[in-house]
Amino acid sequence: MTGLATAFGSGAMTNSIADLENAKAILVIGSNTTEQHPVIGTRIRRAARKGTKVILADPRAIDLANIAAIHLRHRAGTDLALLNGLAHVILKEGLEDKEFIANRTEGFETWRSTVEAYTPERVSDITGVPAQDIITAARLFATNSPATICYAMGITQHTVGHNNVLAVANLTMLTGNIGKPGGGVAPLRGQNNVQGACDVGGLPNFYTGYQRVADQGARAKFEKAWGASLSPQPGLTVGEMLNAAHDGRIKAMWIVGENIAMSDPDAAHVRAALEHLDFLVVQELFMTETAQLADVVLPAASFAEKDGTFTNTERRVQRVRKAVAPPGQARADWQIVCDVARHVVSSFKALELKGSDNLKPETWNYETPSQIMDEIASLTPSYAGISFERIETRGLQWPVPNSTHPGTPLLHTEKFSRGKGLFSPVEHQEPAELPDSTYPFTLTTGRILQHYHTGSMTRRVAGLEQLAPEERVEVNPDDAARLGLADGDWVRVSSRRGTIESRAWVTDRVGRGLVFMTFHYAEALSNVLTNTAVDPVAQSPELKVCAVSVEKATKS
Amino acid sequence: MPINLTINGKPVQAREGQTVLEVCWENHISLPTLCHHPDLTPVGACRLCVVEVEKMRGLIASCTLPATEGMVVRTETPKVVEERKFILEMLLTDHPNDCMTCESNGDCELQNAVYQYQVPWPEHKGARHNYPAGADPNPFVFTDFNKCILCTRCVRACAEIQGRNVWGVAFRGFNDRIVAGADVTMLEAGCESCGACAAYCPTGALTDKPSRGQARSYQMKKVTTTCVYCGVGCQFDLNVRSGRVVKVTSNPKAPVNGMALCVKGRYGYEFIHHPDRLTKPLVKKDGAFVETTWEEALSLIGKKFAQVKKENGADAFATLASAKATNEENYLIQKFTRVVMGTNNVDHCARL
Repeated sequence: MTGLATAFGSGAMTNSIADLENAKAILVIGSNTTEQHPVIGTRIRRAARKGTKVILADPRAIDLANIAAIHLRHRAGTDLALLNGLAHVILKEGLEDKEFIANRTEGFETWRSTVEAYTPERVSDITGVPAQDIITAARLFATNSPATICYAMGITQHTVGHNNVLAVANLTMLTGNIGKPGGGVAPLRGQNNVQGACDVGGLPNFYTGYQRVADQGARAKFEKAWGASLSPQPGLTVGEMLNAAHDGRIKAMWIVGENIAMSDPDAAHVRAALEHLDFLVVQELFMTETAQLADVVLPAASFAEKDGTFTNTERRVQRVRKAVAPPGQARADWQIVCDVARHVVSSFKALELKGSDNLKPETWNYETPSQIMDEIASLTPSYAGISFERIETRGLQWPVPNSTHPGTPLLHTEKFSRGKGLFSPVEHQEPAELPDSTYPFTLTTGRILQHYHTGSMTRRVAGLEQLAPEERVEVNPDDAARLGLADGDWVRVSSRRGTIESRAWVTDRVGRGLVFMTFHYAEALSNVLTNTAVDPVAQSPELKVCAVSVEKATKS
Repeated sequence: MPINLTINGKPVQAREGQTVLEVCWENHISLPTLCHHPDLTPVGACRLCVVEVEKMRGLIASCTLPATEGMVVRTETPKVVEERKFILEMLLTDHPNDCMTCESNGDCELQNAVYQYQVPWPEHKGARHNYPAGADPNPFVFTDFNKCILCTRCVRACAEIQGRNVWGVAFRGFNDRIVAGADVTMLEAGCESCGACAAYCPTGALTDKPSRGQARSYQMKKVTTTCVYCGVGCQFDLNVRSGRVVKVTSNPKAPVNGMALCVKGRYGYEFIHHPDRLTKPLVKKDGAFVETTWEEALSLIGKKFAQVKKENGADAFATLASAKATNEENYLIQKFTRVVMGTNNVDHCARL
């Protein structure tokens, strides 16, 4: 998100999902789309059926490799070099969109001098992709216009995640693929409402609609609306919170609907941090690994048991509707937040806490989610025209600046959100942890089609469990032969942070030296192994690369 | 340039490229179909949509007939009706007469057509297929090819909607049948269990397995909502009976996905009523959770949060909002953290 915000002024998907079928070429990098965003994956397959050239860049031979015009199988953690290499070829062959660059962008010349060093030969040395394939892919991308780039966590979950995104943005602007149907950049957001959670201020540095906490004007606006004085100091990210909990700076936490004991890197560290808290409240559907560490667990309603909205990856705000009652005494999160707020404010009064005079329990008497959306709309320019009434039958794509605006399927048509698009020079940098003699393999992580994240929901669906009952570490056949492994054998995978045991899937989906795991299975959890190193700007952890050892194990 | 034609004596206009069937439907002239579906390439296989056209010989399948200038079409002549009855009767000669227990009863396009044309159950002494029902082990799709009418909607849905090619037609003549891959199981043929084939099947040949026997379509209330899994934003209908979600069905009006869904969206709803669901607030005492009341849990939380702020300062508190929760909920969570607790320590798994 930070990368696209730097380049374009807005961190969201530029075009619409349906628009993918208008692309003449689709570069998919760092996205196993048919498994992680399956219905977008089917759009890509449909496009390919109609002749769209799919260029796949992925260390693994994922499903999309079957329909790709070319598969660039680069070494994990070398996306940036590959993207710069594609740009190099496009410039060298004069395939860039000169008019677009001249009229719509800035910083081109400075950037160009960086890319000059990324010859196909050098990029081939870094990435392991044959130089000729880099040239072929660059030509495919540049000569099949409009072209779009789909990426996901395979780009962002690196210590160079921010720079990777900038390299994606550079390549898009170089070929003039912004502001037109069939073009654009599609950062595919992982969770159902990760876009919305960001949009409405679920971030330490932003209020709703990416209005900055550190901006005095924005702060004054929210202080007035909320009738409270607000901290000018941006807060901590998840990773920073855990470190702060670990060393005692954070004493209490409230975790709503997240299972960080499984989903975050270095699970032992996460666990230790949460155990170190004086007081932890977890609000959940199930007794998750995180909830087990709590002092108080509150039962929450599921998506089928409440009203509200989710915002999808193409910025479409859509209705969520209550179909059934929550089980037992479970309640919707929005109701619980109101209750907690009233109780905390009352306790402030009891403790005679200074500065709490202006806090009123009665300001937390929201009656409906629709009323809350009206408040969001009143404070958020991009949501200003959104109301439950308007999205009753069909969701709207933000920005929706007023109550008659039809929504914005395509961003940056006349100009970028920031004015001109910015080319940013970015250089290849190796991942934080590379294989060595003790940990000779690279572990990369992700998800599979049948399960979702930490499995708290999908592992409770019998049919999905039947399809994918256990972790299977993907190991290349050559490596397996060297390790004396047969398909289905048990392996022990270790990193500097921990050890897990799991069955192996001997498959050439992974190249030599690479192993792949999911984070769906508590009993064989990749995040016991993963590295907490983060991108300095985006703060995203390097879940896509860490060093591990793999050995045969015997399991009774 | 609009195309002018006459249907059942009424002048209507068509656009370039429209078929006679599309023009009829657009003008509220109902025509029965089985193999046709607006999302899929027309194949003209079932011939139930036949019409009479002046100056054209015989009866013509309207789903593959382009509308042309001056065409005069009749959709319900005695000849047409007789033909449709004959087609339906032929289909019934090799169809189980088990609507009473059939999963698709009430939601079956064959049943609807037979009802509309009042086709009596045929006396038939000849051969019938006797395929084992439920033979495919896929956990989500139930197969019963005795009910297959070879319309090939499943074949086209898999290829054209899902971009997979699991289904095909094999063998010849009476032995014609739908097979997965080279007559293997669906999963062996590369099935992703998206259920599109079942969603498009007009009969009970392919149905959703987990909801078998749970409810008739007319016993369920449909509630349109947005999927809780990934960020695509697919919409679908939760089918509710007696306060329980018993099935998910595609909603063709869903703006992002239309009829398409993935295995988790269509079949991943069982967690909603899972016995593991938390139903009461819990508080940890001596290392073990004990049930408590909302009032007690909230009082404790209120006191503890307030105490931390008073003793350790606002920044000793942090909240994790949720990419699974709604916009309205996330808004309140960050507002609470900023306004009540006085810190900007609010984040969520945006980077996962």
